[in-house]
Formats: sequence, structure tokens, C-alpha cells
Amino acid sequence: MASITLENLAHSYHPNPGGDDDFALKAVNYTWEDGRAYALLGPSGCGKTTLLNIISGLLTPTHGRVLFADEDVTASSTAARNIAQVFQFPVVYDTMTVEQNLAFPLRNRRMEASYVAERVGRIAEMIGLQADLKKKARGLTSDLKQKISLGRGMVRDDVNAILFDEPLTVIDPHMKWELRTQLKSLHREFNHTMIYVTHDQTEALTFAEKVVVMHEGRVVQIGTPKELFETPAHSFVGYFIGSPGMNFVPVSVAGNKARLGDETIKLTHDYGNPNGDLKLGIRPEFISLTKGVGLPVRINRVQDVGRHKFINAALFDTEINIAVEEGFEIETDMTNVILDPDKVSIFCDDWRIDAQSAGKIDGGAT
Amino acid sequence: MEKTVNQRAWFLVIPVLILVAFSSIIPMMTVVNYSFQDTFGGNDFFWVGLEWYRELLHSERLWDAFGRQLLFSSIILLIEVPLGILVALSMPKKGITASICLVLMSLPLLIPYNVVGTIWQVFGRADIGLLGRALSDLGISYNYSQNAFDAWATVIAMDVWHWTSLVALLCYAGLRSIPNAYYQAAMIDQASRWSVFRFIELPKMRGVLMIAILLRFMDSFMIYTEPFVLTGGGPGNTTTFLSIDLVKMALGQFDLGPAAAFSLMYFLVILLISYVFYTVMITADKDEAQS
Repeated sequence: MASITLENLAHSYHPNPGGDDDFALKAVNYTWEDGRAYALLGPSGCGKTTLLNIISGLLTPTHGRVLFADEDVTASSTAARNIAQVFQFPVVYDTMTVEQNLAFPLRNRRMEASYVAERVGRIAEMIGLQADLKKKARGLTSDLKQKISLGRGMVRDDVNAILFDEPLTVIDPHMKWELRTQLKSLHREFNHTMIYVTHDQTEALTFAEKVVVMHEGRVVQIGTPKELFETPAHSFVGYFIGSPGMNFVPVSVAGNKARLGDETIKLTHDYGNPNGDLKLGIRPEFISLTKGVGLPVRINRVQDVGRHKFINAALFDTEINIAVEEGFEIETDMTNVILDPDKVSIFCDDWRIDAQSAGKIDGGAT
Repeated sequence: MEKTVNQRAWFLVIPVLILVAFSSIIPMMTVVNYSFQDTFGGNDFFWVGLEWYRELLHSERLWDAFGRQLLFSSIILLIEVPLGILVALSMPKKGITASICLVLMSLPLLIPYNVVGTIWQVFGRADIGLLGRALSDLGISYNYSQNAFDAWATVIAMDVWHWTSLVALLCYAGLRSIPNAYYQAAMIDQASRWSVFRFIELPKMRGVLMIAILLRFMDSFMIYTEPFVLTGGGPGNTTTFLSIDLVKMALGQFDLGPAAAFSLMYFLVILLISYVFYTVMITADKDEAQS
């Protein structure tokens, strides 16, 4: 086991990449610490899988290096890297039984029979397939097949890292929860470095200690779930994390005053005089509806989702969402909102302005 | 819902019935009719019952041709199937080279059967043929019209040349349908090249291979034109396959009765073998899925 360092990594699927747009993955510098659980979160096509395949050696990056501990493995084969990877869709060896499938990675590495049997038994217990061990894999349903794939990924205990590429896409919702819990307990037990690619924020936030958010081939923020929620480094993170996402309102800022439409509110920090496309970002959870105090809004509609109600309202010309507890009574004279000043973020050209330094922070991506 | 009863619908089926009657049923029944009768010309027929069948079943000539036919089909299947798989595996996967390969592979399939026969007939001639001349210049005695072994070798080479492409193209299509993730998973699992073939490619090609084998078996079992043009069934009777023998009997000797009985038995044998093969494969498939 070892830490994994990405140095100036970039990848393009074009043979002769020209501009930035040709790159599916743009300059990444990051060290994945040994034994931690990471999630790689982002929408489809943002470069998550590309990054994963570069780490596992299925792809050779156009630029940059991959290091395991201090060893440069950029040119090493997948086999030499000793990595396990689980794919989005089930990959099973049709003609083999479940047991043979699970044992395959170990047998290929010429492990001793007693060790193979012990590992296979253990993994089968974990994924709940003990009863099916002697069955042919091809006759199984796709979620059982995916469990085999997961099992094959975890059967080796000496791997440098286990990579998961949206592994629970084909699994039933109730099983997802259970498998994810098992993955976590497995992580605690063996301390493998795990990198889990997903476009589902719940999955990412529950699985990982650290979440890496990607957007258009770029890592926009790396942080704990709490950091992503409270201080998104990029407007994309604010919008992508949370449901509904962060509200963004056009604003002009001078010092510690922000001007929205005709009103001015006080900010907790001095932002100086930032130039660029300025937006004020605030999560629906941190806006409260009041009777006549604060900024004027017009309520468009109310959505009741059980634990919360979401109120869609117009703040000047911008639509915003407000979240309130389920018992909250909305009265007709509630025409104003107060934004919690501690939770307000200011974004300049999509990047969050760190209030203390009043400069851009970029989440360590570049 | 009430079903509408409308007998006029039958009228719409009539064109198909007529077409099928003229294309298959009537000719087939004519053959069946001949196989139970004898004639001395002049369109006079008389009933002989199972006479022709009994005679043929005891005819050494038919059994010899049948033996040659089975041997021929087995040999070409044993060569073309592994060779076709090998070719498919080594074909490029994408790009312009893949397209060029596909066109080149399809070329032999587009050449008419009698042209194939003629090509090989000229190709193998010891005086002017590229192959025949080259072999004799190398000091190898080769003459497909005199030597039975040479004749067989040439007929088999010709069939392999003509039809391996079909197997290769079918396998290629099967291979292309395998998602990339399987190969990636195999790399992660550190599978050897042989394991990739044995556990991924072969199982995924199973369906197309079944069709390829079935097609090649039926086709080779009915082969006529190419060996007829090349060797005419000779030297002697050594390359006289079932259909060549049948034509000799029906058109050469004009023995309509025996030839008709022969045709029907021929047809039934192909039907039977294909049916057995197909059923065995399908059952094996199901068993494996359930076990």
C-alpha cells in the first residue's frame, strides 16, 4: 500500500491536442493519502473515469506522472501497479462459477489454494453470495453479477488501491445502502486506499472522508463533505452539492457591503473592490422567511418534500429556493427574507473569494 | 374483446400459398413421386415402392460418396473454424486498416462458385498455373488431375480460401460486440492472453460460432460447383462428393427414380445433422445458464 501522487497530470483523447478544450482532463496535482477513502464526484463526462483509468494504468496520460509512494509508475502496466478496479457495469466471466470468478485474480497471481479458499469464503460472506458459490455466473441477475465484480475487486488484500467506477449504478436502491455500508466497514478493516467515482452526491458524501469535485475536466475542490457544503470553492460545487443547490444572486461588492437590486446588505468580511462577474451565493437552508424584515421577495410556489418544504421565490429578478422545516406555516404577509451573514459567500468569475485574503482560492487544483 | 370472424382473410393468404406451392411443395412432391416409381421412357411410370431406397442403402457407391462427403466437411470445419477465429483475433479493431481488412476479407465471398473453381483450376495447373508451376519448379511432384491426394489438397485449399472469410467475419462481429470493460477487468485481474481468449472472447463468440459452424457444415455438405469445375469428381471417383454423384446419376445416367430417392435421403441427412447440432448446442446453452 502506498500514497498515490498525480503530478501535472493531463489527458487528451486527441492525437495532437491543441487548446484547453481538447483535454478531457486538465492539469491535476494531488496526493491521495494512503489508506483513506475518497470520492470523485462530478457530472457525466467531467473526466472522472479518465482520471481513474490513468491511476489504474488502463490509460497512459498525455502529460504528467503518476507516483505510487516515490516510485514513478506512469509507464507501468496495470498488472504491475497491483490495483483493483470495479466497473460501472457488471463484468463477470460467464463460463466460470461464482467461486471461480472470485478466485480468478488470486489464481492468476499463483496464490496458495488454502489462501484463495479463505479469501473467497470471506468475500462471499461479505457480499452475501455464499449460497451461490457453485452457480454459473452467467445465469445470475445483473445486481448479483455486479456483486461478483465488487467481490473480485476486493478479494486481494495486498492491493495498492481499490478504484470504483460508479459501481452501484445497476444495484437496487435498498441494496446500494447495504453495499456501501459494507464497503465502508471493509475500508475500516483493511485500510485500503479507496477511490470511488460517482455522480451521486449522497453516495459520495456518505462514502468518503474526502470528496474531490470535478467539473469540465478540472478538479474544482477537494474537501470534507462539510467544507463542500459550507464553503464551496467554485459555483459549480455550490450548485452540484445540496438539493436544491446553492442560490446565486448577481451582486456588486464594495468593502463589506453588498448591493442586491435596490438593497444593500452588510457582509461579515471586507472583500475590497473585486472585479469580474460577481455573485452572492447562499444555501436554501440559510435563508429565513420573515414578515417585513430584510430583502423583499415574491413567492412563486411551495414544494413539500416531507421533512422540508422548499419555497421558490423571486428575489429581485433572480429565482431562489428557501428551505424551511415541515411544521413551518407560511403566511401571506411573509414577504421578506434574511440571509444568514455567516453563510454568505461571494463568487467572482465562479470562484469563491476567500474573505480573509480577498483573493481567489482554487481548491488546490492548479 | 370479441374476435371478428371474417373468412375472407383467407384470400389474402392465397398468393403466398401459391408461391410456396410452386417454389417448394410441387417440385418436392414431384421428386417424392419419382422416388417410388420407375420408367422406361415415354412418360410411362410404374410403382416400385421402396425398391430404390433399398437399393441405394446397399449401394457401395453411395456409401463411398457419403464417406468422402463427411471427411471433406470435417476437414474443412477443422481448418476453417480455428483459422477464422485466428484471423478475426488478429484483425485491426478500428480505423482505415480495419475497413481495408473487411473489404479484403469479403472479396472471396463475392466471387461466383464456378469462377472460384476456374481460378483454382488454372492456379494449380503444372504448365501455366502459378501454384502448379511453382511447386514443380521446386521439385515437388504435384498434379491434381492425376493424384488423389493432390486433388483433395487442392479442393480443401480452395474451400478454405473461399469460405474462411465467412467464419472470420462472423467471429469479428462477435468480438467487436464485447465491451471494453471486459478487457480492462482482465488486465486488472492479471489474466493471461490465453485466459482472455478462453474466458472472455470464446464465450462471447459462442453464438456467432454456432451459426458459422452450422452454415459451413450445410454448405460444405452440399458442395458441388467448385470441385466439379476443378476436378470433375476425379481422379477416378476420389473427389466425387454426394451432389456430384447425384448429378451424375440424375443427368448423366438419367436414372430418375434412384436419383430422386438419393435426393430425398441427402436432404434428410443434412436436415437431421443440422437439427441434432442445433439442438445439442441450444440445450447445452440452457443447461449452462441454469446450473
